[in-house]
Amino acid sequence: MKKNKSKILMVVLFLLPALLLFIGVLIAPIIMSVFYSFYDMKSISLKGADFIWFGNYKELFTSGSISFWKALGNSMLLAFLSVFLQLPLSLGLALMLGKGIKGERGFLSVYFMPVLISTVVIGQLWRKIYNPDYGILNAVLGLLGIADKMPTGGWLGNEKSALWCVFVPTLWQYVGYHMLLMYAGVRSVSPELREAAKLDGATDAQVDWYVVIPSIKPILRVSVIFAVTGSLKSFDLIYVLTNGGPFHATEVPSTLMINMLFERNRYGMGSTIAVMMITLCFAFAILISAAFKERENYGRKKHTEDI
Amino acid sequence: MAEKNTLKTYDINQYEVQKTNKVLKVLIYIGLVIWALIDLFPIYWMFTFSLKNNEEVYGANVMGLPKNWLWSNYEKALTTGNMPQYFLNSVIVTVAAIAISLIAALMATYALTRIVWKGREMMNAFFMLGITIPIHSSIVPIFITLSKLKVINSYWSLIIPYSAFSLAMAILICTGFMNDIPKDLDEAAYIDGCTLWQTFIKIIVPLMKPALATISIYTFLQCWNELMFANVFISKKALKTLPVGIQALSGQHTTDWGPIGAALVIATFPTLIVYIFMSKSIQESFIAGAVKG
Repeated sequence: MKKNKSKILMVVLFLLPALLLFIGVLIAPIIMSVFYSFYDMKSISLKGADFIWFGNYKELFTSGSISFWKALGNSMLLAFLSVFLQLPLSLGLALMLGKGIKGERGFLSVYFMPVLISTVVIGQLWRKIYNPDYGILNAVLGLLGIADKMPTGGWLGNEKSALWCVFVPTLWQYVGYHMLLMYAGVRSVSPELREAAKLDGATDAQVDWYVVIPSIKPILRVSVIFAVTGSLKSFDLIYVLTNGGPFHATEVPSTLMINMLFERNRYGMGSTIAVMMITLCFAFAILISAAFKERENYGRKKHTEDI
Repeated sequence: MAEKNTLKTYDINQYEVQKTNKVLKVLIYIGLVIWALIDLFPIYWMFTFSLKNNEEVYGANVMGLPKNWLWSNYEKALTTGNMPQYFLNSVIVTVAAIAISLIAALMATYALTRIVWKGREMMNAFFMLGITIPIHSSIVPIFITLSKLKVINSYWSLIIPYSAFSLAMAILICTGFMNDIPKDLDEAAYIDGCTLWQTFIKIIVPLMKPALATISIYTFLQCWNELMFANVFISKKALKTLPVGIQALSGQHTTDWGPIGAALVIATFPTLIVYIFMSKSIQESFIAGAVKG
């Protein structure tokens, strides 16, 4: 009995530092965010702040001046572009690398490199690339003979082009990340399976389509979840490139949140946006997982019918 | 466990499906090289303009190597922009965050994998929530709490959040490595009269060195590059970290490209050095995080 008690004490002692950090910095703040989101806080103190129930949420959804829907729409568009442009590109690279090509590791390391560079550095670098007067983009377009394609106001200054110009560096930076995950998946497909398919006369493309891609579905699921939640959470690059401008053309929920907090001192509203972001991230993660399960089951059923 | 699988996936070049036809192979190479160039070109360009004067940047020599290598840009970046201070701050914050999350993770993982008690699986699942929780979710309450405690504008206001947000990943990596250490060692130590604490310090920790490297790299990358917290919690110039410092520096020198380029290179350099020497374990730690998360 005494032995048992001392064991429990040891467990508590060993877990203590991690639990303190975890609860103090991750769990408690989520609960506090929800709490704050019901208040009309004008300062960092709850004193004098009115409890307004869902007032912040109502304002967020209906106010035209906060432009939350615009921000959400922008991040959804970024998510869409990530899933349908960035991920196919990553998958293509992963499949090509997975064919056992010479210099495979070298390519892999080069592709992954941008992932490690600070987003601030990448943002500043791309600001220079897009620079309307001396940027390398205009110089390259000039070499190709299409020099006057820059929209009025500059690449990042034009309402129509800005969101695309914010997406390109994101794509550039994270293709390598998704490629790496998919490559690990491609590599784990058993060689026997590939060889069997080849013996049956399948072409390379058929092997990829019917053997490799179905077997890396769990990784594709992870990639889709990361791409979508990553777009919902995106902050650094947009903050550096445009800070949400021009005229909210590149506004996303996180830039809106920071703006609420530190430009307008609206801590309650900032918390409301934070709560919406967490909720949406978890909701999308669950939805995407469910969608992948559905399709897996569907595929399985069809398969047995075929037999 | 996650680690093992990823290691296995790299062990590959032995199968013989090389019957890919030649034309296709050439096309694949062309595709791969094109993307490699797209990846490398902006980085190459950054290095070159960090060594150029404005005349070259502004048209005389936009894409080529610099005609005369202007190392003075680096001198300027280091002396006028307060860069050494930012660099030092980043080092302090990052090293402290790595140390704290390592100690906390090692201890927690020991309790989760080596001591048998009810509810340890639930506790593990609880910690793993941390991989999914976005850093934004806690910014307002942490900002308010730190302001009230008057520890805003201090190293601690970054060190504590950074170590907490690295913790889940650190525990995940630790678990993989600790499960590989045979349980017989613990029993032998127990028979020799070691307490749990002594077993932990004398037997387990020394055997966890490879895990420490992997966790440190992962935490380093998270902390070194973090912008949002650093931007919000630190307003004192003397305490700013590199990402915030570079932001400020670029705001000051909008026309003088060379020194900014130099600052960008200085900020990137440590990461690239670490990457050159440990690219494989960095890649593996990222895969492990994704597979479990």
